[in-house]
Amino acid sequence: MGRLVYYELIKTFLKKRTYIGFLLVAVVVPLIEVAMKLEGGRFLQVTTRSLQQDFFFMGNLFNGWFVAYTMMNSLWVHIPLLISFVAGDQLAGEATAGTYRLILIKPVSRTRIFLSKYYTTIVYTVIFVVFLGALSVGLALLLLGAGDLIILARGILILPGHDVAWRFIVGYVLAAWAMLTIASMAFFFSSFVENAIGPIISTMGVNMIFLMVTVIPVEMFEEIRPYLYTSYMNVWQKIFEDPIPWQSVGTSAAILGGYSLAFVLAAWIIFRRKDILS
Amino acid sequence: MLLSLIKPTEGDVFLFGYSLKKERDKALRSIGGIVEKPDFYLYLTAHRNLEIVGALNGGTTRKRILEVLGLVGLEQRAFDKVKTYSHGMKQRLGIAQALLSDPEMVILDEPTSGLDPQGMKEIRDLIRHLAHDQKKTVMLSSHLLNEVEMVANRMAIISQGELVTQGEVMKLLEEGEKYVVVRGEPAAKVRSVLEKQKVVKKIVERGDSFEVTMSFDDIPALNKTLVRSGIAVQALVPRRSLEDFFLSITETESKL
Repeated sequence: MGRLVYYELIKTFLKKRTYIGFLLVAVVVPLIEVAMKLEGGRFLQVTTRSLQQDFFFMGNLFNGWFVAYTMMNSLWVHIPLLISFVAGDQLAGEATAGTYRLILIKPVSRTRIFLSKYYTTIVYTVIFVVFLGALSVGLALLLLGAGDLIILARGILILPGHDVAWRFIVGYVLAAWAMLTIASMAFFFSSFVENAIGPIISTMGVNMIFLMVTVIPVEMFEEIRPYLYTSYMNVWQKIFEDPIPWQSVGTSAAILGGYSLAFVLAAWIIFRRKDILS
Repeated sequence: MLLSLIKPTEGDVFLFGYSLKKERDKALRSIGGIVEKPDFYLYLTAHRNLEIVGALNGGTTRKRILEVLGLVGLEQRAFDKVKTYSHGMKQRLGIAQALLSDPEMVILDEPTSGLDPQGMKEIRDLIRHLAHDQKKTVMLSSHLLNEVEMVANRMAIISQGELVTQGEVMKLLEEGEKYVVVRGEPAAKVRSVLEKQKVVKKIVERGDSFEVTMSFDDIPALNKTLVRSGIAVQALVPRRSLEDFFLSITETESKL
């Protein structure tokens, strides 16, 4: 199995499209963070304008931690899109290239081929999220330094500087877990089409619709919200609450894992039964 | 279906005693194949592609990869990306990957599809080499009957999904209609002489030649008669083509 995963990794990481996401992150993250540095905290002032009438902020709250935390919001839409580029290509890419006819006639079970591809998707997703985290946090700290972290969600929360680093580490671990749900969905769509564009568009379409249903405050959506994975994708944000709602973190992570498992099982059933006609 | 790309709706396939349904991996272990187009990971080198195929076969060595690439004449291009290969080279690489695990049987589906005459000849030579020198059983699926006639010992004809006939190519050809192509000057006299011969069963005019249905044993006698009649004989060619045989078989089938 290790050998199969190794060659799947070779196939994935020697493909140019794999680096589109890395390239975009490598360009966009520095661009935004440098722009934020040049703006000199105006962004934070605008966000906290209404609060400044009642509160007096002291010290450097516009720092690297704040910028890095703000950058994590890309995990809602932008990063899922970039992850689906590769996850959606894992199976459909073989169909497009015609290489199913090369690999599926060999004396190795479809399940093992399937698993090696899914493991590769996991590796890519984790590496990509780690890259995003390392670049956005590292560069933000380099440009703006450390300090206390101000969280502006459902009120104000200020986390002391010494209590922040580990939250980012755990936050990005949970972000990778959430992104794995997206990757699994793209992988699922990838199992029954012949073209990688379909899984990318389908993944983004589902993600957008679910996100809208999750965030738009309409009563009729309330009943279906608990069934949507997007309602649990904020699991990484919960690490930045005080106290951390560990039970809720666990529940969200378990539900996201359940979604990933369901997508992968469905993809496996389709892949095993698939007739290769072209 | 033989290579498990399509699942049978019913029944099973047994390869070297193993059921494709129940023991797929064991059944496929002794078989190599290419199906239609030779598709590869174009952004990888031929060597890397064969490493991937080797991993799926349960492992291979660099020596074996270079050996099979040498066998198909691609050793010098082993470390070039497949996207730089011509169609004929990809076809040969397809055969190389089929041979990588040193299988007992090689299934080649339309291996000369899309090749120029030179490329077709190279593949045919390679197939002969595999069968005669490497002692492999080669199962060739082709719509090019001329190609089958040139390389195959045994054949099976499938029409509308049904096995119509099978056997040794030469024996089956014997069963088919035989004719002799006759060309000579003057053509009008050739025709009149042919019409008077009892051994001639049917005459079909094709341009400046005649396709004469008759026994090949009577060719020398016919030659003598034509020459004695003052005809300048240019050609007397015995013909029994697989194409004619195929058409006669499949036409009979479709009429039934």
